[in-house]
Amino acid sequence: MVSANTELAYNSKIEGEVIVTRADAVINWIRSNSMWPMPMGLACCAIELMAAGASRFDIARFGAEVMRFSPRQADVMIVAGTVTYKMATSLRRIYDQMASPKWVIAMGACASTGGMYRSYAVLQGVDRIVPVDIYVSGCPPRPEALLDAVIKLQAKISREPSAKNLFKA
Amino acid sequence: MPAEYAYPDAGAKNAAGEFETEKMSLSMGPSHPSTHGVLRLQMELDGEVVTKADPVIGYLHRGDEKIAENMTYNQFVPYTDRLDYLAPLANNMAYAIAVERLAKLEVPARCQAIRVITAELARISAHLMGLGAYGIDVGAWTVFLYSFTEREKLYRLFEELTGARFTTSYTRIGGLQRDVPPGWIEKVGGFCEQFLPLLEEMLQLLTRNKIFLDRSVGIGVITKEDALAYGLTGPNLRGSGVPFDLRKDKPYSGYEQYDFDVAVGTKGDCYDRYLVRAEEMRQSVRILQQAIAKFPDGPWHATDARKIFAPPKDKILTSMEELIQNFMLVTEGPQMPAGEVYFEAENPKGTLGFYIVSKGGGVPWRLKIRSPSFCNLSILPKVCVGNMVSDVVSILGSLDFVMGECDR
Amino acid sequence: MTAADLKAQFPEVTERPSLDHPAVNVPAAGVPALLRHLRDAAGFDFLADVTAVDWSQGVSPRFTVVYHLYSTERHDYLRVAADCPDDAAPAVPTITDLWAGANWHEREAYDMFGIGFAGHPDLRRILMWEGYPYFPLRKEFPLAGIDAELPDPDVVAETGAKARPAPMAGGPFVASSGEVNLAEAEPRAKDESWNERRPKPEGTD
Repeated sequence: MVSANTELAYNSKIEGEVIVTRADAVINWIRSNSMWPMPMGLACCAIELMAAGASRFDIARFGAEVMRFSPRQADVMIVAGTVTYKMATSLRRIYDQMASPKWVIAMGACASTGGMYRSYAVLQGVDRIVPVDIYVSGCPPRPEALLDAVIKLQAKISREPSAKNLFKA
Repeated sequence: MPAEYAYPDAGAKNAAGEFETEKMSLSMGPSHPSTHGVLRLQMELDGEVVTKADPVIGYLHRGDEKIAENMTYNQFVPYTDRLDYLAPLANNMAYAIAVERLAKLEVPARCQAIRVITAELARISAHLMGLGAYGIDVGAWTVFLYSFTEREKLYRLFEELTGARFTTSYTRIGGLQRDVPPGWIEKVGGFCEQFLPLLEEMLQLLTRNKIFLDRSVGIGVITKEDALAYGLTGPNLRGSGVPFDLRKDKPYSGYEQYDFDVAVGTKGDCYDRYLVRAEEMRQSVRILQQAIAKFPDGPWHATDARKIFAPPKDKILTSMEELIQNFMLVTEGPQMPAGEVYFEAENPKGTLGFYIVSKGGGVPWRLKIRSPSFCNLSILPKVCVGNMVSDVVSILGSLDFVMGECDR
Repeated sequence: MTAADLKAQFPEVTERPSLDHPAVNVPAAGVPALLRHLRDAAGFDFLADVTAVDWSQGVSPRFTVVYHLYSTERHDYLRVAADCPDDAAPAVPTITDLWAGANWHEREAYDMFGIGFAGHPDLRRILMWEGYPYFPLRKEFPLAGIDAELPDPDVVAETGAKARPAPMAGGPFVASSGEVNLAEAEPRAKDESWNERRPKPEGTD
């Protein structure tokens, strides 16, 4: 029986050891709770990213402790810091090297819109070069704000039609 | 097989009896876990040994100096935070003093004491970060987490004082954003008391650690002559044996009244620089304790600076003269005389200098930021050659640079 | 150490007005000789900074290269300023043989202002990318920037990205530096590319 409920449903008296749910629910649950970030730590926001990974704010609770600096092994790229035009091309290359599914969190004002650096050398928002899923405001955003972004991204992932996308070309 | 696909025979030897090898070019960065920020090192390797190293910087060049020509002096303070973003309060202080030298303005003793306290707290914060990052580069994860716990305590202090964890924008030309809140000085004293034993605990993980010693003793030796020729400053210069500390040589902001020692190394290797930074943290605590003990009362901003420092808010809202004064200050900026000044402050990374050319008015004509990390990095082509790639990582960690400052 | 002390040996040195440290002017050709003397005989063993100032297009000489020297023994600074003789192609001799650290400082002055350093071993851009066509700190270059190609052709082909002028939205709204005329000194929108009389150019956000 297929219901619109995408949460895991388990009634041990009826199904025994079998859980019947949508593929989306399982796939999204796995993806959102083990997002390995690729920290594109460019400037000051990188320090708050590190603080989010340290003991007080502990991003490991959300499954995102494993900061993989290799794009091939990462799921979410957290762009933390000002993106200059010189860096933009490297950033795009790294984004291209990430395997799908991949998401991008633009952390901080500089990554979202260029921040207070309206100048000749700064890319006015990383969304001009990669597609962004979550924008975090702040200069720098507190680690709690970054954790809020991770939670919002988890909620966004849980709404994705992942099973359909698996078979898309 | 076509000739261009034929590889030299394995085991072929050249005339000198050595194996035929080719040099490999390796580009480390700009996104790399151990280049502290966006530094790109283009290296030429002979096996594992570096034969040429060419750092490529500018990946964080944001145009600060051009922005400064379009901002009033107070509007530029947030940009100074983001130079050495590990010690923003120290940058704020250096910039404020530079502009005050331009205006020939003396700030009262309380303001100077607060600036010294915040600068030394920023120094501890920056060195803790340097320690943690160096540890994590050579494989010591625990040191990083411990140092971040201490930095969180410092962040709490900064947040109570300025409103932000870092990127504080605390100083203004002629004074500060606000006075210290009641009880803050006692909290700083409390931090100092509990910090020294915890620092020793952290350093115990590294100072006599065989792996750390292997990775840092004798690595990246910078001679005294090289250090002076390349313009190195801060712990990098002192680690090479030059007792250059602007807090002692050209005291500013009341540093002459505090008693502290300058840590100087002997061999100029990575281990010496690590020890110098550790000792500087202990000396910073010493300065803090003296500053707290001597903390003066009085005004926290220059009281006779009508065209430079904003009047108190209650007067602005009730009196016409202060309202106009505030309006002029906000729109046209603190009015400075024409002329040039150059001021260097002893920041955690080295000496941060501001060269300000003013043609009068509230906006500088030219603001050059003499960045310690820019000069510290210029020695990389010399010091990396002859070391292995993993030693390069250790050298980068021990030089403790910040790209925000280097590229501006 | 003032201009008077140096006049005996270097007659072309003149005093430069300064608000803090002693400062001297010297013609560009005399820079290496003067700095060598200052380093070897006068105790200024530390080169703190090399930078440049653009006095704007109408002024001649337009560019001045400024050196800051420091003596680690006597703990004092000296500022040495040299005007570039040619406004269109400014150049001064290099001092990388005196202080190795000057290498990067001179590269930055070249990158930002276009000042050539005769005899520099490796004069290329350091902060902007190779092939960037402009010199950003020159006064006629706008803060927002000018369109330029990005250095990586693959990425440009894939995304169509380029270095575009930042959206200034009419700002920054600041007073000009050094204006005496009160009407000119009023803070005004610096980005004059669009205002109430001239519409926004096409293609900018």
